[in-house]
Amino acid sequence: MMALHKYLIMNTLCYPILSIVIFLPLAGAILLLFMRGERSIKMTALITAAINFPLSLIIYSGFDIGTEKFQFGEFAPWIPAYNINYVLGIDGITIFLILLTTLLAPLCILCSWTAIERRVKEFMFCILIMETAMIGVFCALDFILFYVFWEAMLIPMYLLIAIWGGPNKDYASIKFFIYTLFGSVFLLVAIIAVYLTTGTFSIPDAMFRDYGFSFQLWVFLAFAIAFAIKVPMFPFHTWLPAAHTEAPTAGSVFLASVLLKMGTYGFLRFCLPITPKASVFFGPYMIALSVIGIIYGGFVCLSQTDMKKLIAYSSVAHMGFATLGIFSFTVFGWEGALLQMLNHGVTTGALFLCVGIVYERTHSREIYDNVGLGKIMPAYVGFFGLFSISSFAFPGTNNFVGELYVLIGIFSQSKLAGFFSIVGALLAAAYMLRLLKQIVWGREDKREIADMKAREVIYLLPLALFVVWMGLFPRPFVQVIEKTLMNLHSQMNIFLR
Amino acid sequence: MKIESIRPLIPIIIVLVTSLLISLSKKRPNLRESWSIAGSILTFIAVASMIPDIMAGNKIVYTLSTIAPGISINFRVDALSLIFGIVSSFLWIFATFYNIGYMRSLNEHAQTRYYTCFAIAILGAQGVSYSGSLFSLYLFYEIITIFTYPLVAHHQDAEGYAGAKKYIVYLMGTSKGLLLPAVVLTYIMTGTLDFSDNILTGIFTKDANSTWITVAYILFLFGFAKAAIMPLHNWLPSAMVAPTPVSALLHAVAVVKAGVFCIARVMLSVFGVELLNNLCLGIWTAYFVSITILLASIIALTKDDLKARLAYSTVSQLSYIVLGVALLDPSGILGGILHIVNHGFSKITLFFCAGAIFVAAQKRKISDMEGIGYAMPFTMGAFAIASLSMIGAPPVAGFVSKWYLLNGALEIHNIPILIVLMASTILNAGYFAPITFKAFFQGKRGGWKRGDIKEAPATMVAPIVLASLISVALGLFPEFFVNLIGRLMP
Repeated sequence: MMALHKYLIMNTLCYPILSIVIFLPLAGAILLLFMRGERSIKMTALITAAINFPLSLIIYSGFDIGTEKFQFGEFAPWIPAYNINYVLGIDGITIFLILLTTLLAPLCILCSWTAIERRVKEFMFCILIMETAMIGVFCALDFILFYVFWEAMLIPMYLLIAIWGGPNKDYASIKFFIYTLFGSVFLLVAIIAVYLTTGTFSIPDAMFRDYGFSFQLWVFLAFAIAFAIKVPMFPFHTWLPAAHTEAPTAGSVFLASVLLKMGTYGFLRFCLPITPKASVFFGPYMIALSVIGIIYGGFVCLSQTDMKKLIAYSSVAHMGFATLGIFSFTVFGWEGALLQMLNHGVTTGALFLCVGIVYERTHSREIYDNVGLGKIMPAYVGFFGLFSISSFAFPGTNNFVGELYVLIGIFSQSKLAGFFSIVGALLAAAYMLRLLKQIVWGREDKREIADMKAREVIYLLPLALFVVWMGLFPRPFVQVIEKTLMNLHSQMNIFLR
Repeated sequence: MKIESIRPLIPIIIVLVTSLLISLSKKRPNLRESWSIAGSILTFIAVASMIPDIMAGNKIVYTLSTIAPGISINFRVDALSLIFGIVSSFLWIFATFYNIGYMRSLNEHAQTRYYTCFAIAILGAQGVSYSGSLFSLYLFYEIITIFTYPLVAHHQDAEGYAGAKKYIVYLMGTSKGLLLPAVVLTYIMTGTLDFSDNILTGIFTKDANSTWITVAYILFLFGFAKAAIMPLHNWLPSAMVAPTPVSALLHAVAVVKAGVFCIARVMLSVFGVELLNNLCLGIWTAYFVSITILLASIIALTKDDLKARLAYSTVSQLSYIVLGVALLDPSGILGGILHIVNHGFSKITLFFCAGAIFVAAQKRKISDMEGIGYAMPFTMGAFAIASLSMIGAPPVAGFVSKWYLLNGALEIHNIPILIVLMASTILNAGYFAPITFKAFFQGKRGGWKRGDIKEAPATMVAPIVLASLISVALGLFPEFFVNLIGRLMP
């Protein structure tokens, strides 16, 4: 307990805010089990998720940007025999990821309002369990606790794809399951290796210790496989298009917006502080894989005819920028990576929501079946246009800021890698504009498709506002994450010397 | 002196509000067009209100938000900004009236989208003018690109889509592929994206790596493909599939001038005269764009389609502006920047004329225009005046800028540039004079009768005549803009 205070500021509120935010959705999920009637189930789920967002804003408003320590700390002994504790805390890396999760959860429930027609109770149950697990992953400061939450995401996500998914759901869900489980095993190995060396499961305790170089190499590889699958980095990405495409809209949003961030979060939280030397050693290879992912993702997107698949592959390219920023080992790159994670979560989530909206009307995800909506659904096209220009990092939108930070980071380290990643940025503009042009103007025919309903506007509007707000006024966001990353940078430099 | 004030943002806000109002008035065309007219006039007033302060030698600055240390969305009005700001906002008023006549006469579809995008393109041009950093410049530059796409593709037929595709591929490709790395390289070398206050020094430090500075410079020069420097000029003739007012305002004034303006801005306020001189980048730029000046004029000679000829003339004339600034002496810079104004007024007249001929007589080809001066005396009279300006004959506006350009070339004792300027003058005469000749001296025999007149609607002819008269006025009384640009010199 004493050692904790070095890196953890205990929660000073009179209630355990992190635990509340984590377990409120779980409580709601359990409540759902005792309820009947689709409407009341949906309402309960929505209200639970909707309350959780303002609660998470309490965390944001109380967040101290002047410290690099973990905040809102909570501690309780769990399995003292093995020194396993229930430790929670957040820092600049996680604060926005938590907010992103709590923001998207109610939107996901709203977008499933009519799209999910069977087993509504089980669906909402899975969504809420997912929310608990995802927030838990970001808050956990104990390896075992982290691993429990990490694994807890797997089953509900599998069920979301396998039960409510598209025509090819069996293949997609099994592939997702196998890939993720495969990664988890390596994660567990790395955790145990660290435990055997340090004798603690405390994550902050394991950071910046004097591990041997070969130990770092192996541990890094184990971590990296787990996280690279999650990101996903080329060549571990093949589960993603299948899973994203077949999942129901809410599942795709969770997958793209939050689950992919687990990988990049893992790199920042585990690989860099625990195995700094190995990270630098493998840095060039990781940069190469990121650049390949960016360019490969872009080319694959160009040839897609399925809207959802296109957006799924664009995630490979976008997350390539995030890993590129991380392995540039500059504060700029890391800030860019974090912004990219947040922005990709919002923009790609919004694009999946958009596809969901049009799918409910035309029952097809093919671009060709959904072309020429400009005249028929003007409001929809407005939203879709904003999110797609944001997706290819149009200046003035959120993604541009993240991409600029990453580019500054990578150009200052390696101009070659920088110029290669520019190719990816170029491809992004090409495939998104091609999609946008088709959707807006493709072919003209008179079809009876209703424009967006109020419910649909409600769940896209906050995301649209965020896109513009973040694009024009990003500095307050950066200031929140800056201290943590500066500290990480100086710590790494001490250990690399 | 620097004045901290939100005033640079006001024209931009006015245009933004105008475009929103236009898009909300879909069902009521008269109201919608009133918004356009009111918006354009108010914008110009807002711009003009900044003239006294700039004339007094001040700069107006405003920072909207910070993106990163040294990177911000900020605005800074100096003489160069104001030149482009005045031209784009003033000509928007003309274009609005002309638009109304043109779009209604031809009964075009999707007019609300058209007017909205038109306004946002002006917003981009205004934003580019008042940008105080490369970040804001890039932001507004891209806004122009994306919102002019629907204008170029307006007809939504195969030809329109093909032209618009080329347009977006050239412009988006260069801005993402060349401009973005140039901006990032600049930031890495200097730690800031804000423009320098002194056109002599720029923002680079003495010890910066000259290879990477050169790389960044070349990326900038080609990254601003809106300036249509060869070999990245091909989008401009293709974009002529757009309705003529679009070609007029955007492809003679707002879009292409944004390109040359950005190049001038980057040369003067990012690199600075001294650095460009030390690395010999200025004079090589001048030589390079000379190729464009001559080649585009020669291609223009071969074009029979009036808009295509005007397009290639634009390509050639834009490079005058770059050439002037690249001479890096006071007369050259003055002549180049002055040409933004002079070419703007004259070229918009020519495009307006082309549109009026199409509306009134459905003619596009120059070979069909024999004797058209009898049917459209006002239009073709204005055309004659404006083409004199393009050729650089006194007393029309183009003469003044050409005078300063020649002066600039003489000051640095550069004979090749002098020859280029003279040769291009002859070429200009070669492709403009025959049009006027054909219109008035060929085809029709016999006296001119009042009943022959078959002009376009008055809302189109009035802007044409006014714009051509302003061209003459600018030639006779150039002091205002010459003095204004003089504020730029240290």
